[in-house]
Amino acid sequence: MIYQGKQKIWSDYQKEIPDDHWFYVRSCIRQSFFPASEYYFLKICRDMLGRDIYESAHHTTCAGIAYHCDTIPQETAMTVVARQFALMTEAGYKNLVTSCITSFGNYCEILETWREFPELEARIREKLWKACRREFEKPEYIAHASDLVYKLRDEIASRAKYRLVDAASGEPLRVVEHIGCHYSKMFPHKGVGGAEYPCVLSGMAEAWGGKVIDYPERRHCCGFGFRQYFVKANRGYSVSNTHKKFESMEPYHPDMIITNCPGCPYFLDRWQYVIAEQEGKTYGKGGRGIPVLTYEELAGIVLGIDPWDLGLQIHQVGPEPLLDKMGVEYDPSRKYLGLDEKDILKPGLPTVLKCC
Amino acid sequence: MGKLYDELTEDYRFKEGLKTCINCGTCTAICPAAEFYRYDPRKIVDTVQRRDEEGILELLKSETIWYCGECMSCVTRCPRGNGPGLVVMALRNLSTKLGYFTESEKGRQLYPLTKALTGNILNLGYCVHPDTFVFRDHPESGPVFEWVLEHKQDVYDRMGAAYGRQGEGALRIIPQEDLDELKAIFDETGGTERIELVEKFSEKKAAEMGMTIEEYRKYTFEHCSRGHFNNEEAGI
Ligand code: SF4
Ligand code: SF4
Repeated sequence: MIYQGKQKIWSDYQKEIPDDHWFYVRSCIRQSFFPASEYYFLKICRDMLGRDIYESAHHTTCAGIAYHCDTIPQETAMTVVARQFALMTEAGYKNLVTSCITSFGNYCEILETWREFPELEARIREKLWKACRREFEKPEYIAHASDLVYKLRDEIASRAKYRLVDAASGEPLRVVEHIGCHYSKMFPHKGVGGAEYPCVLSGMAEAWGGKVIDYPERRHCCGFGFRQYFVKANRGYSVSNTHKKFESMEPYHPDMIITNCPGCPYFLDRWQYVIAEQEGKTYGKGGRGIPVLTYEELAGIVLGIDPWDLGLQIHQVGPEPLLDKMGVEYDPSRKYLGLDEKDILKPGLPTVLKCC
Repeated sequence: MGKLYDELTEDYRFKEGLKTCINCGTCTAICPAAEFYRYDPRKIVDTVQRRDEEGILELLKSETIWYCGECMSCVTRCPRGNGPGLVVMALRNLSTKLGYFTESEKGRQLYPLTKALTGNILNLGYCVHPDTFVFRDHPESGPVFEWVLEHKQDVYDRMGAAYGRQGEGALRIIPQEDLDELKAIFDETGGTERIELVEKFSEKKAAEMGMTIEEYRKYTFEHCSRGHFNNEEAGI
């Protein structure tokens, strides 16, 4: 009985993700801190797996961060998003895929609010027309980019050069996954697996050979908190929440953390550095941190793409222990080179956190 | 019905965020802000639900409403389908409109936030951008990002981004015609008016505090008094 009940809940949270033809919108944070993740998301989906993903040079932010920092009215955020829908409509697409969880939540919230209050949708249509002379159809489907990678996980697995296993022992790697609050806490039915059994990342990790760790604070916020990070005076909130998560996952000895939202990998990576420098505490072996990867970076590693092409050198926590454990081939001397082997010097080293 | 409560009911986030609160405290139990800040979303929702005008006025002028991280963890867990985080957004919106945000230290931070985020959107097309991400303000980004910022063009070229170039791609230059559309949207939807309002109230407060507006921006961005966190005594 209980099992059947769970099956029922589970089936409620399955998403029928369209297989092809997507209008792509970028993320403020992912393109700034993990630009190669966006580059390889498109390259993997388009060139390796043959999907049609369209990008318009005219699209912009969804304004979600400004909205959640309370700096713009709701109607401004809605009309900026309506403009993205208009660009999608003009390009002939019906499915929108976004590179950001804040955007994903923002799009879902806006469509839900319009569904409940159609007069507001009508007003936004009017405002968009007045401001930009544009009209739009609402997307038939909104996905986060990770939903697509989840959908394509077996195709990626079938082309894998490396698996998430310890190359020496053959044991699966221990993976912590962090899906990010706005993926399924506001609208559980919009995320794969809902808020109770989210499997967008664990599905990838398992398809690629890893073992997912369940730990007490698995669903706790990374600590972004919008204004709680952007204002320097508030960052105690942000680092305290991250610290709570790391203390909770530490006894399970994770080999890596995989993240959904573009903000979370930044915070889970950089606050490890700050905790190390301030408290002398590190969570990896030998004074190192736990490598934190975006799902695009992980897919890239599995597919055998060079870690330095994937941008792992611009994380503060060095990825080397993970790469070594998986048996990934890489050239340490090329880590910080620019294009065409150009010498662009190297970053300084932290005092406590061991990096490479 | 009271005036402030009526104003709140105009906000769609309020319409969605407050149904019937049974005061169970589930939201507070799950809340990452409540864990560290002197913050209790249950109390906020209760004050508003009781239509306690005095209590609402106090909230609009308080530090309290600015502690929420808008993570929306409370939305998933509330057994009555409320969204305390959404109620807080409506309270913040009203506090801003009425100029009460300058009455609290955390509320005053709206000025540096507005400057930075709306400035980035209108000038660069994105909320966050490496061109305005200053290492001095972000030492937590680490030596690796200090290096990235010193070698932006080379690093972003290496990462396959279109930094400094037109066309598609990460960090591309957004065409002026698109920035003009964003500005037109801000003008049409109250975004520009909101920026001007925040500036007006902040300039007044800066004068009261004996600061130039730039000193005020820096101070509100950096200064954290004691007493916000659960584990500390109040003080300067
Ligand atoms: S969880 Fe919901 S019902 Fe319970 S106190 Fe919070 S808002 Fe009220
Ligand atoms: S949205 Fe705000 S009130 Fe709700 S759980 Fe997050 S921090 Fe707490």
